[in-house]
Amino acid sequence: MTFDYSQTFRGLAGLPNTDNVPGSEMRYRDAFNLTLRAELERDPSVFVMGEDIAGGAGRFEKDGEVSYEEKKGFKPLDAWGGPFAATKGLIQDFGSERIKDTPISEAGVLGAAIGAALTGTRPVVDLMYFDFVTVAYDQLLSNAAKSRYMFGGQTKVPLTMFARSGAGTGHAAQHSESFYSMLVHIPGLKVVVPSDPLSVKGLLSASIRDDDPVFLVNDKKLINLSGFVPDAEVVFELGKGRYLRRGTDVTLIGMAYTSEICRKVAEKLEDSGVSCEVIDMLSLSPLDEDIILESVSKTNKVVIVDEDTPMCSMASEISSIIADKGFDFLDAPIKKVNSPHTPVPYNRDLEFSFMPSEERVIKAIQEIVEY
Amino acid sequence: MEKKKLEELFESMYRIRRFEETMLEQTFKGKSMGVTHSSDGQEAGPVGICAHLTDKDWIGSTHRGHGHCIAKGLDTKKMMAEIFGKSTGQCKGKGGSMHIADFSKGMLGANAIVGASIPLAVGAALSSKYNGTEDDSVGVAFFGDGATGQGVLHESMNLASIWKLPVIFVCENNHYAEATPVEYAVSIEDISDRAAAYSMPGITADGMDVFDVYEVADEAINRARKGEGPTLIELKTFRYHGHFHADDPKKYRTPEEDEKWKDRDCLKIFEEKVISNKSMTLESIKKIKDLIDKEMLEAVEFAEKSPMPDISELYSDVYVKYKD
Ligand SMILES: Cc1ncc(C[n+]2csc(CCOP(=O)(O)OP(=O)(O)O)c2C)c(N)n1
Ligand SMILES: [Mg+2]
Repeated sequence: MTFDYSQTFRGLAGLPNTDNVPGSEMRYRDAFNLTLRAELERDPSVFVMGEDIAGGAGRFEKDGEVSYEEKKGFKPLDAWGGPFAATKGLIQDFGSERIKDTPISEAGVLGAAIGAALTGTRPVVDLMYFDFVTVAYDQLLSNAAKSRYMFGGQTKVPLTMFARSGAGTGHAAQHSESFYSMLVHIPGLKVVVPSDPLSVKGLLSASIRDDDPVFLVNDKKLINLSGFVPDAEVVFELGKGRYLRRGTDVTLIGMAYTSEICRKVAEKLEDSGVSCEVIDMLSLSPLDEDIILESVSKTNKVVIVDEDTPMCSMASEISSIIADKGFDFLDAPIKKVNSPHTPVPYNRDLEFSFMPSEERVIKAIQEIVEY
Repeated sequence: MEKKKLEELFESMYRIRRFEETMLEQTFKGKSMGVTHSSDGQEAGPVGICAHLTDKDWIGSTHRGHGHCIAKGLDTKKMMAEIFGKSTGQCKGKGGSMHIADFSKGMLGANAIVGASIPLAVGAALSSKYNGTEDDSVGVAFFGDGATGQGVLHESMNLASIWKLPVIFVCENNHYAEATPVEYAVSIEDISDRAAAYSMPGITADGMDVFDVYEVADEAINRARKGEGPTLIELKTFRYHGHFHADDPKKYRTPEEDEKWKDRDCLKIFEEKVISNKSMTLESIKKIKDLIDKEMLEAVEFAEKSPMPDISELYSDVYVKYKD
């Protein structure tokens, strides 16, 4: 039996019934790892580069014995397998040409990946923490995103990038960014934000198979979250959001971990008689305007939850779309729940007041529900 | 070397060692609010370099920055409190282990972006040249072997060279960047050879021997102070612990490798030397150790008892002035 992933998109309430679907519960990180493995198996032009994606680079091991040269019976040493084990075990099966540890050279590595993508391969680049994107931002903006356009459509850049985003783990100001908007702002680049094990499977496959550069953002807070993942191939359509829940009083819009927050809030408020509809954006560029407008046309109220800082954020962008195209639907002001216009603080109490929380979402809902 | 200087060197190295050990213990007790990177094993480097610096000289540091901070004279109480996320911390609990800074001590901050602090030290040297104070204010950029993969290092070295800035590039080559061995990631054996490309002197020193570091640093810093431009110093060294608190280095290092380096431990080498040439006594060494051991207990107690920052601190310090 194949899994009809289209059911996870708009039109159906909640997630599809998976009762008779072969599959298993697994963590987000395992779903990511297995999907990457499947894509490597499927297409020999796919290869992965990044810092410590194997770790212990250039070494080989057999029964604890380490060799600097490849010897018979020795396998490449996989000491780290990437941050959060995203690429664990891959080098053993795909070798060091396809699972390529790099020096700490984000700009050079991303640039080389773009060059490789322009010339017939399909590189996947692990940029580790989302913050390090800016070290390679010039390559991303000026080469990856613009090559096709400025060269008059002669070429394409089938490149996938991923990194780990978000606050909540005590990594402080330089390792906790959620600046989705800095990527979404770039014409020529696609940006996707999975929110659970199923969606990371569907979006990672779709990103790798897509012919344009795609950035997949893994929110750190999702990485150990478990959920059902079907065994069958799942390829989401890029640019489509989905309903996590149907409701009538207010639309909650989330992305990555904030979708999880919205889902929990909707559950909590059910008993107090507030019926929330939850949209999980999944893709930020392209952005599914239809699902947003469809929902708001029904609930007439909306709260957008986005961990990015508020100015020029996705929440701002979505608000402007609703204000422009859905003005007549609205019965209350559009509410944005963002992080404040500050860097991410270290202290845990400060950090948790920085991030959007269930409490802040509930407060925003209360402000408009009786409007 | 005079006795007082010897005692200072030992005290500073031992303070770093004990701070890292204590900080790790506390991290494992759940007292740190985030990741910590211990520099135990590497103490001779920062100490041998910073022994030539005053509060008017500037250093840039890394994610593995506790040793640089202590060698530059930062207060271990405030450092521990920062790691505990407390309001009395060096950065009010807003920065954490990877962002400890003390501008009153010439410490430009630990930096969690690999390579990112290097140009800051070059900038400190630029302002010193601008102000005509090269003789008493130089910049020192500490960075790891892994950071040599970053373009910004190469840009910074070229800038320092063409403008003859009073800056010292100090590469602490601990042979690993996370789990990646230096042999894989760097195309040459001695990182100091990179200096040739930017026409500045490059020298490799024994990063486990504080006397060797001290001597090499003396020459480089003097050159800088005399307006003769930058130097690249490579220190061959080793971190005993994993990359960060929860990393197990056995996954990528052999026990023999660890043993080889621990055999040449900087504290051990130092003690053997000063005892055998009778420049220090066992008693004076013990006195220093006792003092520092006590200091660590006090640092933990201070951090423990300090209050959390007020929630309003989330919004402070973003700008000097934004709007009324
Ligand atoms: C620009 C950037 N890329 C990657 C990282 C992740 N990272 C943190 S430390 C580190 C290794 C640094 O190695 P090295 O410079 O040798 O310093 P060491 O940790 O050995 O002290 C890496 C890859 C980072 N912090 N910044
Ligand atoms: Mg290193």
